[in-house]
Amino acid sequence: MRIILFITSAIITTGLIIVLHTNLVLPAALGKLLSPQHGIWQNAESDYENFSANLKIPQLSGKVDVYFDERLVPHIFAEQENDAYFVQGYLHAKFRLWQMELQSFAAAGRASEIIGEKGLEHDREFRRLGIVYAAEIALKEVEKDPIIKAECDAYTAGINAYIETLTESTLPLEYKLIEYKPEKWNNLKTSLFLKYMSYDLAAHDDDFEMTNAKNYFNTDDFIKLFPAIQDSLDPIIPKGTTFDAQKIFPLAPINTDSIYFNNKELAFTESSKPDRNNGSNNWAVSGTKTKSGAPILCNDPHLGLNLPSLWYEVQLSTPTFNAYGVSFPGSPGVIIGYNDSCAFGFTNGGRDVRDYYEIKFKDDTRKEYLFNGKWMATNFRVDTIKIKNKNNYIDSVAYVKLGKDWCPVMYDKTFSGGRNKNNKYYAVRWKAHDASNELKIFNELNHAKNYTDYSATVTNLQTPGQNCLFAAKNGDIAIRTQGSWPAKWKGQGDFVMPGFDSSFLWQGMIPQDEVPYQFNPQRGFVSSANQKPVDDNTYPYYFGRNYPLYRGLTINKRLNIMTGITPEDMMTLQTDNFDAGASMAKPFIVANMKENELNSTEKKYFNILKYWNCNDEVGAKGPSVFEEFWIAFESVVFDDEYAKAPKVIMRPFFNTLVEGILKDSTYKFLDNITTPQVETLSEAVTEAFKKAVPALIKLDAEGKLDWEKNKATGISHLAKLAPFSKLNLPIGGGTRAINATKKTHGPSWRMVISLTAKTEAYGIYPGGQSGNPGSKYYDNFIDQWAAGKYYSLWMMTREQVDDKRVLSKMRFNKE
Amino acid sequence: MKLFISFILTILLSFMLCLFFPWWSIAIAAFVVAILIPQKPWRSFATAFLALFMLWGGLSFWISKNNNHVLAHKVSQLILKKDNPIELIFATAIIGAIIAGFAALTGSYLRKSKT
Repeated sequence: MRIILFITSAIITTGLIIVLHTNLVLPAALGKLLSPQHGIWQNAESDYENFSANLKIPQLSGKVDVYFDERLVPHIFAEQENDAYFVQGYLHAKFRLWQMELQSFAAAGRASEIIGEKGLEHDREFRRLGIVYAAEIALKEVEKDPIIKAECDAYTAGINAYIETLTESTLPLEYKLIEYKPEKWNNLKTSLFLKYMSYDLAAHDDDFEMTNAKNYFNTDDFIKLFPAIQDSLDPIIPKGTTFDAQKIFPLAPINTDSIYFNNKELAFTESSKPDRNNGSNNWAVSGTKTKSGAPILCNDPHLGLNLPSLWYEVQLSTPTFNAYGVSFPGSPGVIIGYNDSCAFGFTNGGRDVRDYYEIKFKDDTRKEYLFNGKWMATNFRVDTIKIKNKNNYIDSVAYVKLGKDWCPVMYDKTFSGGRNKNNKYYAVRWKAHDASNELKIFNELNHAKNYTDYSATVTNLQTPGQNCLFAAKNGDIAIRTQGSWPAKWKGQGDFVMPGFDSSFLWQGMIPQDEVPYQFNPQRGFVSSANQKPVDDNTYPYYFGRNYPLYRGLTINKRLNIMTGITPEDMMTLQTDNFDAGASMAKPFIVANMKENELNSTEKKYFNILKYWNCNDEVGAKGPSVFEEFWIAFESVVFDDEYAKAPKVIMRPFFNTLVEGILKDSTYKFLDNITTPQVETLSEAVTEAFKKAVPALIKLDAEGKLDWEKNKATGISHLAKLAPFSKLNLPIGGGTRAINATKKTHGPSWRMVISLTAKTEAYGIYPGGQSGNPGSKYYDNFIDQWAAGKYYSLWMMTREQVDDKRVLSKMRFNKE
Repeated sequence: MKLFISFILTILLSFMLCLFFPWWSIAIAAFVVAILIPQKPWRSFATAFLALFMLWGGLSFWISKNNNHVLAHKVSQLILKKDNPIELIFATAIIGAIIAGFAALTGSYLRKSKT
């Protein structure tokens, strides 16, 4: 009897352990997860947590002291420069390991290893775009540069030194929840991370949508709907600037019209894209315009907003340089920030550096492709994609040599990007495939002393091309629209190009000394907000069509009239919510509305619009009314023309419609082509408004008419776990405002640096220094950020080690 | 007295083993204590149940309190689908208690079956 009871209870015990140790029965291994000495409780960081430690690291060449301040920003003091990168890697891993690894996996097309089969489309797309291929090429380039190689090696060693200390209980929370373990870091992962940024910033294209639009519309309508010129543009380099004579003359192929511009076959498109609105603001004002007489540099890069944040604040102090700013967990150095002599920042260049070529293969084996009348041999790259709980997926991607560049045939019969089934082959030529060494630029900017250093190093920037901003203590300010840009003939790469004719290939890069720039201009400031860098009429090269222009307009208008500027004025400007686009459209809407045809409800909402001051503020209802109206207005104006269009097609930009009407109130597309009479602007705005009102009533009923509730800006956890996210933040701003805060996207780091004798610096990002959702430092900056507040940035000195701001001290010793 | 000693011993041994071994070593602790200190089976069960309820409940409460329940607020929403730190602590305590209880019961029966 006893034996039976013994066996029964032994079985129950073992069974319970199995149930709680695996997810065979329960969705999670609750025993493992909730064990106070192993599981999630170990990630509940004490409120009084002290990060002080004495670590023995034999790899180091000297001593490194790290002082954490009250915001958990590490101030790293190293006796040897490379040791600083080692410790930066160690700290990135200590506070952000899960995020770093996830990003490197996503870039490498390895998401399926973590999330299973639902990651496969993403993985195939990334591998087929050639991101891994590009990262491998970049790494080879880095390894040729002994300084950057040593920097990367030290950084990688630091990450791995931390990973080696990990135990079951000290694993970051997400590893415990998703149940996997980190692998060792290597330099390729750093390279992959940087290519991921290139993807985010320099991989947007509308080639397929534009090709379809070109096919669907007649030439006249196409030019009107997608004009190459923007009337309201205030370019980065002001109009009227003269440029050096052109050195490269790209020639349009003689058969462009027949096989390119009038290509009658419709193309398909890919499913996901980097955000079109990845943009940013930066500007620097010279001492002539500031109260202190010293230049002020400002930057706020707009990126996808996530937790843990893309940025990690750090001070790196070595015998060779002393820099403060934000770094990327995944990459060494300070990316945006300042040192003892100068400050630097970036906005995205946004030019089209990703083009598609249609490839003709001899047969389905894809072994030979047609190029300039000859059959050429294909290269294959065979990718093995590991999938969690499933068999590996083998993907073989053809690479064709177009001119001197091997390009992956991204879309083929097996991969259509989730859209139409299609029998065509498209190769992608992406500038990020070319060898480059971006880390060198950040390394040298961290060391830069003056304009000469800055301009010498930024010319190394290839992809993602950036508007590189600079200001120095000696009073210099400058902006260079840097990057390796293909010199295109007019219209080149706007549509899918034929890949069998070498005359359609890129014919060369715009020489770096022909890149538009400004150095100490008369007007006393330089600025950029992703608008077109130059006026089309004076700069010799083709720049493409689509650039956001309203933020740039407001910035330049404001800076032009400002004098006696203080850092506080610059913070006010960075958080300015004025919508310049709406302010241009509103007058013609109000003037043409047939108010007598509106019923009392419609009238109520119309009055909100009428009396709106065009500021996208918290509590304002005007922005919601304007947005809903505009959606309806675009539909009233264009839907008739698009009635028979393919599903995937380009729609005109906001500014095209605004400028079209401002130029001509009988704008052609106002007429509804399905009716016999000719509709007027007045009829169109009234119809659109009536059409928008039901949506407004619905918003009102849900209590979402207030702009911030409608927009619902949120900072989402990278694995989209809602409890780890901060959602529905009370913050204004919008796409066309300087404060370009949208639902999931916005100013990811606001920085204002006044280069007075003792630098006065301010900054904030929507996150926190710790990536651990169980830490009070996880999201502690967000409320301040949403309120438009800044932290004072502390460039600490060795003498300040006893300052009360220092909360913990970490020492790294060789022995 | 036996109950008290085996209660304390189970707590100590569980805590020690978990410093070096996986979470389920609490079952070994409870099992071993039940063999070393013979009690009636239901008393062994109750002693170990109580011991681990106190140990896991106490540890998680203490950790969570020092954390202002920041983590428990978040993780309870993931695991329990509601924002309730105390229930998460309770769930932790119960899991430890049940495992230890049954392990002790097993140990107790082993002891009895031998004699």
